[in-house]
Amino acid sequence: MELTGRVIKRGTAAGRALVSSEPIGFLGGVDPDTGVITEKGHPLEGECVTGTVLCFPTGKGSTVGSYTIYWMKKVGAAPAAILNAESETIVAVGAIISDIPMLDRLDLSRITTGDWVEVEGPTVEVRKTAE
Amino acid sequence: MRLTPIERSMLAGEHGPGVQRAMEIVVALGRIYGAKELVPVESVQVAGVSYKNLGRAGLEFLHEWAQEGARVRVPTCLNPAGMDLRRWKELGFDRDFAGLQLQVIEAFAAMGIDATCTCTPYHMGQVPSPGAHLAWAESSAVSFANSALGARTNREGGPSALAAAISGRTAKYGLHCEENRLSSVEVKVKCSVEEVADWGALGYLVGKQVQNGVPFFGDLGNRTAGESELISRSDESPFASSLTEKLKALGAAMAASGAVALYHIRGVTPEACAGDMLRPDHTTVVIDSLESGYEALSQGGATTEIDLVWLGCPHASLSQVARLAAFAEGKRFLPDVWITTSRHVRAQAKDAGYVATIEAAGGEVVADTCVVVAPVSGRYQTMATESAKGACYAPSYLGMAVRYGSWGQLQRAMLTGRWEA
Repeated sequence: MELTGRVIKRGTAAGRALVSSEPIGFLGGVDPDTGVITEKGHPLEGECVTGTVLCFPTGKGSTVGSYTIYWMKKVGAAPAAILNAESETIVAVGAIISDIPMLDRLDLSRITTGDWVEVEGPTVEVRKTAE
Repeated sequence: MRLTPIERSMLAGEHGPGVQRAMEIVVALGRIYGAKELVPVESVQVAGVSYKNLGRAGLEFLHEWAQEGARVRVPTCLNPAGMDLRRWKELGFDRDFAGLQLQVIEAFAAMGIDATCTCTPYHMGQVPSPGAHLAWAESSAVSFANSALGARTNREGGPSALAAAISGRTAKYGLHCEENRLSSVEVKVKCSVEEVADWGALGYLVGKQVQNGVPFFGDLGNRTAGESELISRSDESPFASSLTEKLKALGAAMAASGAVALYHIRGVTPEACAGDMLRPDHTTVVIDSLESGYEALSQGGATTEIDLVWLGCPHASLSQVARLAAFAEGKRFLPDVWITTSRHVRAQAKDAGYVATIEAAGGEVVADTCVVVAPVSGRYQTMATESAKGACYAPSYLGMAVRYGSWGQLQRAMLTGRWEA
C-alpha cells in the first residue's frame, strides 16, 4: 500500500512502524539516551522508538523537545523516520535539525505497529506484516 | 510559498550550512502554517537559554550550529539564563552547572549574540516599532510586544527564534497577519482592578478561559485613566509607568495560565486605539470577582512561613527596583528577598544607589536569571510574590508553595517572614 504525505524533512528511511494514538512530547516524555517512552500512562509507555518509523498524530509539550530529538539522533536512539497526521513546530524543527525524514498529512489509521514502512520523499510504502 | 532569489540561495546552501539550516526551519514552519511568503524581522529574542531547560542536547546543538558558521543578522537578545552570569558564586550556584551554563552563553556569543539575558528587553532600550515583525520567544515578552507595543510576533520556540535571527526572516503566518489579530472574545470586567496583583489575578482567570484566543477588554481603559504613556520613547527612560507594570502583569499571567500572545484594551493598547479589534462573531467572558484567581495562585497548603520573597517576574524595570530600594531604606529583611532583572537595569540601579540600599537590607538584585529557570529547587519552601506568572510556575517547576498577594502583603512578609492574608 502506498500513501503520500507532505514533506517536512526530505529523506529516505525504512523500519518497523510504531504507532501511537496519542501525541508525543519528547522533553520529559522520552528517555533521550535509550529512546524509551517514559511518559506515565502514555499508550506507548515502555516502548522503544529507536530505528522505528514512528507514527503519532502530532507533537506536544516544551519546544526544548526539538533538542531532545537532536540528542537522540546523536546517540543513535532516534527513530528512522517520523510520520504525523498534522505536524507542529517542536517535532518539525527537531526532525530538520536532526536530519530525520519526516512527513505529515497522512492517514495514520492505515498503518499498524509492526508494519514494514519505507519512506522516500513524499511517498510512504506500507507492507503489512503476515498475520 | 514565494521566496525571493536571495532566500532561495540561502535555502540552497549558497550562504553556508548554518544559514541553510536556519532557512530550512523558517520555510518548513511557513509551509506547516500556510504562509505565502517570508518577512524580515526587526529583532529576535531567543528562548532555551537556561542550561536547566536546554540540557546537554541543546548545548551540543548550539555548538554545532555555531561551528557551521551560523551568525545572527538582526539585533538579538536572550531569555533569562539559569544563573547570574557574573555573581553566580556568591549567590550559591553550583560550579558544574555554572560551567555548562557559561558554555551555552559562549555558543550564543559565537553566533554574535551578546549575553543580555532578559524577558523584558523593552526595559533596556529594545523597544520594537509599532507594526514591526519580530521573532520573540518568551511568552510575556511576546504578549507585551504584540499588545502594549503593537509589534507583530508569534510565540517562537528556541530553535525557530534562532533560525529567524540567522536568516533575518520569519514566515508570515499567525500574528504576523492582520486578520489573525482581531479578538474572538470580549472580556467584561465587573470588579475593581487596581494594583499589579489584581491585574495578575485577572490575567490568570482570563488566560484559563480563553486559552490561546485574543481577548479584548472593552472597559478596562477607564481603570487606567490619567496614567502616563506606555513607554517613553523620546528619552528611552528606563523608568516604566505604572500602566506598563499593569500590562506586563496582565499579559504575563494570561500567557502562563493560557497561551495568550495578544490582547487588546480599548483606548489603551495601540491597535485598540486605532480601531475596534472585535470580530463580529466574538463570544463574551464575564469576570465578576478576582477572588478565585487569588486563591488559585496561592498553592501549597496553609503555611504562613515565607523564606523567599520574589519580585521581578517578568524582569523588573528600574522603577520596580527603585520602589524596593525606597522600602528597604534603613530596614532589615527577614526572609531572602530577590528582585530579578536584566544586567542593563541592574547596572543603572547600581549607579542610582538602589542596589546598595537593597543589599544593606539583606536583599539581592539578581541579573540575567529568574527563580523559575534557575536550579534553586530545594533551597526554599515557600515563596511570596506579586507575579501571577511566577506563582503559576513555582509549584510545578520548583516544588515551592506560593503565597500570592499585593505589594503591601509583600512588604510585611519581607519584614516578618510571615504571610498575613
